Amino acid sequence: MSTGTQAPGDTAAADAAPVAGPNWWRDEASEPIRRNLGLVGVLAALIVIGAVTRPDLYGDPAWVRNNIFTILMQASAIGVVTVGMTFVIIGGGIDLSVGAIMALAGVWATTQATQSFGAGGMIFAALTVGLAVGLINGVLISYGRLVPFIATLAMLVAARGLAAKISGKQTQVSSNLDINSIATDRILGVPVLVIILGLVVAAGWVLLNRTTFGRRTVAVGGNPEAARLAGINVRLHTLRLYALSGLCCGIAAIMLTSQATSAQAAMANLYELDAIAAAIIGGTLLSGGRGTIIGALFGVVVFSTITNLFAINGLTTEDQNMVKGGIIVAAVLVQQFRLKSVTQFLSRTRANT
Amino acid sequence: MARQTPDVSRRRFLASGAAIGGAALLAACTSNATPNNAQTLGGDSGNPNAAPGRRVIIGFSAPAADHGWIAAITNNAKKQAEAFSDVEFKTVAAGADAAAQRAALTGLLAEKPNVIVLLPHDGKELNAWGLEAMRAGIPVVNLDRAFPDPAAYRLQIKGDNYGMGVSAANYVIAQLKAKGVSNPIIGEIAGLDFLELTQERSKGFADTLKAAGFRVANRRAAEFTADTGQREATQLLQALPRMDALWNHDDDQGIGVLAAINAANRKEFFMVGGAGALKAIQDIQADNTVLKATVTYSPSMASSAISLARLIGQGRGMSDLVELQVPKEIVLASETITKENAANYLKLGF
Repeated sequence: MSTGTQAPGDTAAADAAPVAGPNWWRDEASEPIRRNLGLVGVLAALIVIGAVTRPDLYGDPAWVRNNIFTILMQASAIGVVTVGMTFVIIGGGIDLSVGAIMALAGVWATTQATQSFGAGGMIFAALTVGLAVGLINGVLISYGRLVPFIATLAMLVAARGLAAKISGKQTQVSSNLDINSIATDRILGVPVLVIILGLVVAAGWVLLNRTTFGRRTVAVGGNPEAARLAGINVRLHTLRLYALSGLCCGIAAIMLTSQATSAQAAMANLYELDAIAAAIIGGTLLSGGRGTIIGALFGVVVFSTITNLFAINGLTTEDQNMVKGGIIVAAVLVQQFRLKSVTQFLSRTRANT
Repeated sequence: MARQTPDVSRRRFLASGAAIGGAALLAACTSNATPNNAQTLGGDSGNPNAAPGRRVIIGFSAPAADHGWIAAITNNAKKQAEAFSDVEFKTVAAGADAAAQRAALTGLLAEKPNVIVLLPHDGKELNAWGLEAMRAGIPVVNLDRAFPDPAAYRLQIKGDNYGMGVSAANYVIAQLKAKGVSNPIIGEIAGLDFLELTQERSKGFADTLKAAGFRVANRRAAEFTADTGQREATQLLQALPRMDALWNHDDDQGIGVLAAINAANRKEFFMVGGAGALKAIQDIQADNTVLKATVTYSPSMASSAISLARLIGQGRGMSDLVELQVPKEIVLASETITKENAANYLKLGF
């Protein structure tokens, strides 16, 4: 627990009082908190840049309130997908098919036949399709022993193909007012989309941090062989993780369909890359075994804020994409060269080198 | 100590039965609307060319892309060919990119059709194939995405992307001048930015606005899909708290754009669409949204291409022209659809 920057004499005293003082901050277990605070710092910096470049907009409090809700609403569908993706990545896998699952679920939910069953039927269809495709992914990966990258890549292509076939390559407009109103309704002033995002993030956090399911996920991702020897059914657990990811995609499909009041086979394009990037900058290790839901949420909100910042300044998508790429690289570099070793390097003095 | 494994066979049986039942229920929910009307040439309109002539085999290839416009191209070509009794229609799947399309078309060449109608993935990449086909004696009708080399096609029929921008801008300018707005705030939602056609459309729009002393305040690029249209429109509405006019390049992404506008409850501006989708024309006619006009880029060009390919195959010319042969290049005009003339265009909406 003690770090190398302490002088030997302090160690005993430090161990005796573990809660207060800088040790808590420098402790390895607090790394997620440091990272999340770092992301909050990035968010604050982005908002300050926005306020400085467009003071005419930020001077209006009603606009600012509306803008915050806009950022959160735009982040809601991708946020839900990222929660599922975070679970899969922590469990040691990857799911490249999330965008395609969303498209398939959305298309299936907006066919004439399904729309005739009303809002309930559409939601049931989207969730079931998402869950079913996630299960297929899971079976292929855990019992079929396919590498997750390959299995979900194949599913990416197949699911979009099926979506194109079902929709006849047309955009399917949703004529169901209940579904469409999900994107516009507010409860107590908070948009329903943001509430759904909040509920999914809360459920994800509880699942990861307060249930055995979450503990097993971290175990399976960190060291699958040790987990298996410890009695965890790794194959069944992996299956469940991909099913969870698929379910999240189904939920996100309804949210996106509601926002666009339609669904088509080309929707949710490249969402998998956005979800993976958000999970990574939130602190999830691509190799598995470590990650947080709150970090992933911050990752999604940071990206959404960047998009908003570039839009209000009239900058192009190309510039925006380059900045996003830069942020992903910076986040991973911070992960590689852990902050502790940098502060260690900087605080070397003649006495302790 | 013997360990009894619980008998889970019944549980498995029930679970799989439920799964199959659920799957059957879901599969029943895939029946869908049949593809809507095709924009084809009507029956006998007193045109001497409508009389059946020599049998013509027309080969056809277009990308199998996701957009409704491309689907309408293929649909229109097929329906138009069916409308002629003397045309045999052969399609080949164009595959996912230019290389796959080249391979498919080389196979088509071997079957020796009379004429080939082609919407290439990319005009420059299929130019060489066009030259090869023309040298083999098979006339090529190049649709929409142009071959740069005139020797590579017998007929090139395309829309006018630059003209679309010009038409949209002319409508916007006329409306703003009529309302007496000075210094208007104009927004633009473009399509896929890396496509040349998007750049041409934006240029036409910007050039025409500049000549009138206006400029585009903020331009966002979506991806021709409804969900990206919604995303970019939401950002644009945030960036411009007050707007006077908006041009959206494509009516399919316009579904998302209108959803975003309705969600933000913004009504102070008017919107011009693009491409001429049926839903957009209906909305313009009903006049209950901010969408007031659209500029056409109609997939009916595929029907015209088949029609002219038949004439080329039969050695005829267009009856309205004095010349005896079909022209080399036809650029369709971008027509502006407003509430006044919407009724005329309903049958051309895709």
